[in-house]
Amino acid sequence: METEQRAFTGWGRTAPTTATLVRATADELAGDAILSGMIGDRGAIARGLGRSYGDPAQNGGGAVIELLPGADPIRLDTDAGVAHVDAGVSLDALLRTMVPRGWFVPVTPGTRFVTVGGAVACDIHGKNHHADGSFGAHCIRLGMMMADGSHRSITPDGDPALWSATIGGMGLTGLITDVAFNMIPIETRHCVVDTERVPNLDTLIEKMEASDHLYRYSVAWIDLVATGNSLGRSVLSMGNHASLDELRELNPKAATHPLDFDPPIFPDVPTGVPNVLNRLAVRAFNELWYRKTPKSRHGTESLTGFFHPLDMVGQWTRLYGSRGFLQYQFVVPFEAVDTMRTIVEKIADEGHASFLAVLKRFGAESGGLLSFPKPGWTLTLDLPAGVAGLGRLLTELDELVLGVGGRHYLAKDAFATPDVVRRGYPRLDEWKAIRDGVDPDGVWVSDQARRLDLV
Amino acid sequence: MMNAFDQPQTVLVLGGRSDIAHAIVRQLASPALKTVILAHRGGDAVAIDGLPEGVQVACVAFDATDHASHAAFVDRVVETNGDLDIVIQAFGQLGGPEVNTDPTAAGDLVDVNVTGAVSSGLAVAGQLRNQGHGVLVVLSSVAGVRTRPSNFVYGATKAGQDAFATGLGHALAGSGARVMTVRPGFVRSAMTEGMDEAPFACDPTDVAEAVAAGLRGHKSVVWAPGVLRYVFAVLRVVPGFVWRKLDR
Repeated sequence: METEQRAFTGWGRTAPTTATLVRATADELAGDAILSGMIGDRGAIARGLGRSYGDPAQNGGGAVIELLPGADPIRLDTDAGVAHVDAGVSLDALLRTMVPRGWFVPVTPGTRFVTVGGAVACDIHGKNHHADGSFGAHCIRLGMMMADGSHRSITPDGDPALWSATIGGMGLTGLITDVAFNMIPIETRHCVVDTERVPNLDTLIEKMEASDHLYRYSVAWIDLVATGNSLGRSVLSMGNHASLDELRELNPKAATHPLDFDPPIFPDVPTGVPNVLNRLAVRAFNELWYRKTPKSRHGTESLTGFFHPLDMVGQWTRLYGSRGFLQYQFVVPFEAVDTMRTIVEKIADEGHASFLAVLKRFGAESGGLLSFPKPGWTLTLDLPAGVAGLGRLLTELDELVLGVGGRHYLAKDAFATPDVVRRGYPRLDEWKAIRDGVDPDGVWVSDQARRLDLV
Repeated sequence: MMNAFDQPQTVLVLGGRSDIAHAIVRQLASPALKTVILAHRGGDAVAIDGLPEGVQVACVAFDATDHASHAAFVDRVVETNGDLDIVIQAFGQLGGPEVNTDPTAAGDLVDVNVTGAVSSGLAVAGQLRNQGHGVLVVLSSVAGVRTRPSNFVYGATKAGQDAFATGLGHALAGSGARVMTVRPGFVRSAMTEGMDEAPFACDPTDVAEAVAAGLRGHKSVVWAPGVLRYVFAVLRVVPGFVWRKLDR
């Protein structure tokens, strides 16, 4: 076990606070004596790879626990199709083990560099949410270290209350130590993907409504710099895992080693780069991205190319300069599609260049009391934090989102207020009651929990 | 806790009647702002206008010269309100003309402006260090950069406060807590009412804007107006007979 004093931020690199970093395996942390000796009155929170955008994995003045994988961190039960994984294992490490054996994770976000523990705590979603739901929906057992230092093994049926408070509970019910979840069998490391250019938002909405159910994976990238008739012009990408036969037909070369998986690791963007993702650069990028996409294409893409394109550039967020950036993600119910359209218009009109804007349709809820996804449209955009007037715009958007029963994603949040969360998550009090029951002294706490009055 | 735009939720003002502090609080107000604590002698209700609806304003008793009480005072404020995102040290007296000759009056002025600043500053710093974040904004003055014959005792107190603040900032490096020292020139406020304006005079709102920009940029020293940084780079080194002549 090692400890060190360090400043932490989230992936957006805003609002730093200093805490004591504790790096240890679950076994090293075990026992009441060690835990209480390490955690003072400022409590502790787990931190995975720090990919949450705001402050959920930092804890000013307290302890930040980086849970190291144990001796045998990845145990695949291929008969049952279940993975037993230590919480500190990254999806990158996991996929390097699973894919060559013909298995895939049930849910992956846009990066492989998240931990399994974080995937549960944030109840992450991916391009298959409309078909498969969020990560928590595929979990069958969680190992946890509770506030009193004891270990618990919980299941959805055996501990329904604690389960629903922990899936999406932002690590505030206990330290997640290991996770068992169902895997997806795959024949190849490729997807069959249909990509098409869509001229405007209305057409995009129609197309997604009409064809989402035909694909396991579906997402649209929107050019939020385009206005007028081109408002909401986009690239729609929909796919399924490629069977070996499909791969042989579409990409015979790749079919000779269908399950090879060894994505390269690229060098990081250096520190100290100024904000180069300014309006002009983003406009140029978006134009290029749209133009380079053929009108429509049917072909194969590798798992990494399809799911994790941004992992190609290490520490890419440094391109936003020293003020950092934030990501704004909300969901509104399907029937509030007009509100989603209004928001897209507002952002395009205000001219806040968004480098990434992603639209997706969500499916069913996972049952996590603080889980973000629910049926509806979800839009994600990232915006440089240094832009004047951005706070005012986001406050306006908050009202639009909450007004139609929508809500915001806590893993992306760096700006919400207690009121915004309370209105977006009607079962917050139920969650608090369960949390207070398992952690009466407030051992598990984060900067976000303080900021949003979650604890 | 600060949000991604460095907007605070909780602000404590030591010297809760200060016009400049009120202007700074207004400048820092956003939908994120929850609580403003105005601390001043007596602790009776002080109005602060121009804040968004829903911001809770609390007035509490604070005596800058009661040094022994400062640590307990900060603990009490934190117990009630949680972490302090920004603390503005805004109390201070100008003193009458007698402070330049009367040892007792001068000692009293030092007691408020320097000793009080040091003891309350340390009490605040302890809390900010403990919570791993937060900014102490210290309202110093250009009067402390080079002391003028006409108010050299006041200038000396500001020099003492300023040196303490910048030193504390260095001492806190790596703790997550920060200090921002603010050096306004002549500010048209209640404290300077009836006095002749000095060159580069400005309003409390100008100081507040400079403070807000400094907080966003994580600056350790802010001048208000900004041009005074360069003016005083020169004034600091002009010969003594010129300096005396400039002080009419």
